[in-house]
Amino acid sequence: MTIERQEIEKLATLSRLSIDDKTIAEVTERLSSVLSLVDQLQTADTSSVTGMERPFHNAQRLREDQVTESSQRESFQAIAPETHNELFSVPKMIE
Amino acid sequence: MKWETVIGLEVHVQLATKTKIFSGASTAFGAEPNSQACAIDLAMPGTLPVLNKQAVNYAIMFGLAIDAEICQNSVFERKNYFYPDLPKGYQTTQLDKPIVGPGIVTIEGADGSDKAIRIHHAHLEEDAGKSIHDGDLPHGTSGVDLNRAGTPLIEIVSEPDISNAYEAVAFAKKLHSIVTSIGICDGEMSQGSMRFDVNVSVRPAGSSVLGTRTETKNLNSFKFMEEAIAKEVERQIDILEDGGSITQETRLYNGDTKIAKSMRSKEEANDYRYFPCPDLLPVLVSDEEINILRASLPELPDIRQKRFVSEYKLSDYDAKLIASDSSMAAFFETAATLSKNPKLAANWTMGELSAALNGANLNFSSSPVTADQLAGMITRIADNSISGKMAKVVFDAMWQGEGNADLIIEAKGLKQVSDSGALEQIVSDVLQANPSMVDDFIATDESKRKKKLGGFMGQIMKASKGQANPQQVNKILLSKLNKLL
Repeated sequence: MTIERQEIEKLATLSRLSIDDKTIAEVTERLSSVLSLVDQLQTADTSSVTGMERPFHNAQRLREDQVTESSQRESFQAIAPETHNELFSVPKMIE
Repeated sequence: MKWETVIGLEVHVQLATKTKIFSGASTAFGAEPNSQACAIDLAMPGTLPVLNKQAVNYAIMFGLAIDAEICQNSVFERKNYFYPDLPKGYQTTQLDKPIVGPGIVTIEGADGSDKAIRIHHAHLEEDAGKSIHDGDLPHGTSGVDLNRAGTPLIEIVSEPDISNAYEAVAFAKKLHSIVTSIGICDGEMSQGSMRFDVNVSVRPAGSSVLGTRTETKNLNSFKFMEEAIAKEVERQIDILEDGGSITQETRLYNGDTKIAKSMRSKEEANDYRYFPCPDLLPVLVSDEEINILRASLPELPDIRQKRFVSEYKLSDYDAKLIASDSSMAAFFETAATLSKNPKLAANWTMGELSAALNGANLNFSSSPVTADQLAGMITRIADNSISGKMAKVVFDAMWQGEGNADLIIEAKGLKQVSDSGALEQIVSDVLQANPSMVDDFIATDESKRKKKLGGFMGQIMKASKGQANPQQVNKILLSKLNKLL
């Protein structure tokens, strides 16, 4: 399976990544070679193997429903590009 | 042409946990902006989610309440999109293996018959933060408050089994009743605790092919949902009858302006590239854990309704109305038990008290009149100490915080006169003072005499300052007048 340049461009847009024209050919080629490795893996006969969703066999550990965090707004907002009246400021979103 | 509407609902229910789904930050409503958004909620590098056990339990309880299959090995996925109120750039949610499988919610249709609405599944996910566009903001900016980011939700997805706005509202109200009754959601619609996305399509009546649907997102009241559906159905039929076609799109309905708009900007981005979340392992739930939760499940509204009919002899209508709201049901039961008069307790709970609470924007758990006080007043109505009319005065005084019924009756001198000696005296006085009315009564044809009684009653009630027991006065008056014939 190969990946087309168009798909790379769409993924880049969705991922907010900027890939310039020069690199896009290279990225396309490299991702295609990863996908052909996957194709190769898929030719292996796995009919006798049960599926494995995760490499580990343990289950998710759960946390008790208790408040353990206090407000650290000042520290977090100190490193934010812009804030106003306790809110994080972002370019205006219009729907 | 006759058209048929097909509706499916996606309902977001905020779970009543103390903390976020993946962090120990508080979920309390109304805190200062960004004071409850911790490093995990803000997606700071190096942080990892740890799943809240209570959120998992609440989701399972919902599944058990609708007789759904519980997935004992459910998995979290990442739904990728960029938006300023989603710091991680993805929402952690469930897609392939949601925790709650197919189930059934039964509603009452417009004709009063039961209708089963199939639930496709319900899954656990996190809420996003809140974007603020109005108010005191620097020019060209929006504000983001991330307190809500990471609040646990279950999203309940129905099959397209709903045929009109009435059923959609009945379904939404039934879900509200279930989740509040089992205590997994506070049900506060004004705080966004339940939000609805409505998928609507129309097709020629009798057709088995579904029409193109639109999704109207984020409706936060039953009323807005009803309006949005009615408008959307009308819009789609108009387009189709004019020979046009429906575009599959996401729409937003503004409940204040009553205007719905397409959200075209989001269409292109509708490719979420889901993949299993590598930060979270599968959630395993044992039979034993499910059994414990099943045993701890509080009474469901349908069962409570049946019990109210058999135990308190309420009508189906009254029982349904009271049983659907768990705090109203608890209030009623206390008042009914203490007063030993379920009928009056039901009438006052559904009537005067509900109206007063609605008017003051309060609910039954914060009622100024306690169930104990209401029961005290009902006891005095039932033993004829006060009339129904006086009871309203007593109720208003209790509402104003003037104490219990007996105190108020005493202080305001509202006690009904039921002492027959005293009543006989008042009736005699009134008859003596109004000889012309008496003559008129005697002269009137027997079949029309009953109408003449009102005049006497008015005089007697006035003479007793409204405190005479009307039934007793009526009896005495009749016997006295009959003697004069």
